[in-house]
Amino acid sequence: MKFLCLACDTVMAFAERQLPGDGTMAAVFTCADCGREVAMLTNPMETQLVSSLGIRVGGRTVPEQPMELLRGTLASGGDAFVDDAGAEPDLATRTMRVTWDADASDRLARVPSFVRGMVKRIYSDYARERGIALITPDVMDRARTDLGLEGM
Amino acid sequence: MTRRIRTYADLGDAGGGDIVEQVTAQSDRLRRRLATIRHVIAIASGKGGVGKSFITANVAAALVQRGHRVGVVDADLNGPTAAMMLGAARTPLAVADDGVHPATTAAGCTLMSMDLLLASADSPVRWREPAEAAFVWQSTLETGALREFIADTAWGELDYLLIDLPPGTDRIARLLALVPHPAVLLLITTPSAAASGVVARSVTHARDAGLGDIALVSNMDGHVCSKCGTTTPLFGEHAGTALAERMGVPLWAAVPFDPRVGVDTDHGRPVVLSAAHTPAAVAIADLTDALERHTRAPTRLDPVPTP
Repeated sequence: MKFLCLACDTVMAFAERQLPGDGTMAAVFTCADCGREVAMLTNPMETQLVSSLGIRVGGRTVPEQPMELLRGTLASGGDAFVDDAGAEPDLATRTMRVTWDADASDRLARVPSFVRGMVKRIYSDYARERGIALITPDVMDRARTDLGLEGM
Repeated sequence: MTRRIRTYADLGDAGGGDIVEQVTAQSDRLRRRLATIRHVIAIASGKGGVGKSFITANVAAALVQRGHRVGVVDADLNGPTAAMMLGAARTPLAVADDGVHPATTAAGCTLMSMDLLLASADSPVRWREPAEAAFVWQSTLETGALREFIADTAWGELDYLLIDLPPGTDRIARLLALVPHPAVLLLITTPSAAASGVVARSVTHARDAGLGDIALVSNMDGHVCSKCGTTTPLFGEHAGTALAERMGVPLWAAVPFDPRVGVDTDHGRPVVLSAAHTPAAVAIADLTDALERHTRAPTRLDPVPTP
């Protein structure tokens, strides 16, 4: 899928992706010559179809993780995986219980269902690794900045 | 005069949403993983209930017994049974930089199965996507999940990776899209006319997809009395041979039904280990011989006499 600016005969470049939380997606493409912008809007089914390919329109801000598609989409697989990457976290860190306050939970609920599990895990891991027991919107903002998670 | 708009191909690599690059990266990851595996064996049928998983579990156990490094992918996402048949415990799987570490099994092979990812043996597979739109995404997602099972599992160096496919003749083409050149496609049939008809279609599907290395296994091929050793046909006689001749593929084994096989299989004990003297175990040993011979020196698979 590409966009061609007919006036300039120039391939439009991806500029921005937004996931408003209702299962839809907006992807903005821009013409580098005339500056014209076009937003591609997908309905929930189209968004799901793209996400079920395990790809992200506009590219990735973090590399694809092992079994990311399965871990993000399998409703019953939340406890099936344990992280074992890099330095082994101590037992207390691995098993530390992380809770979400009401505002953070509301924000998480607005994340499209097909990536919600993965997003939740990323924030939970971020909190655990830093000894944060309660995830708030502030913690989510910090994680987004630290991990480069635009769109989440 | 109609204006000419440049086509997608005209634009080359420019533009897009980085989708082609991501799909390419997925393919590269799969290719790198497959490079660490000497032989991929696909086990399929098209028909359900013919014993694909039983054959897979026993061939895996037999190969391990012969000193090979073996991994098993249970590609039946919605009806996984390999964990039970191979004696794998449902414990959390470690995610490391090199991938998700597979489960080890009592049979000595490693395993990746949806069964390992579910909360309990009674839990069905549930996806987060809304079920009402499943017709849009389910097939794509399941193919992606199979790709991750193969590519994102830290198998290590393997001599054999056995992929146990679910029923459905279309599943063969889906696998071949991911693994274009398995060392052999084992098609499991029974001597029933219903199974033979479906398996014949699977042969055609596989050939249409360009696969030449196809072999048949006729499972439940007669019942051997455990007391007197007499073999009684459960379905028609010589149906496996007839199918092999009709489709021009070799029949590598005819595995008789044995009640002990069912009991041991339900307890995670491959019969090649627990009852190696039984006719079923002997037939699977013969099948494993044929598999080893073929992977040692691949030859064109022409019809061969009934074993």
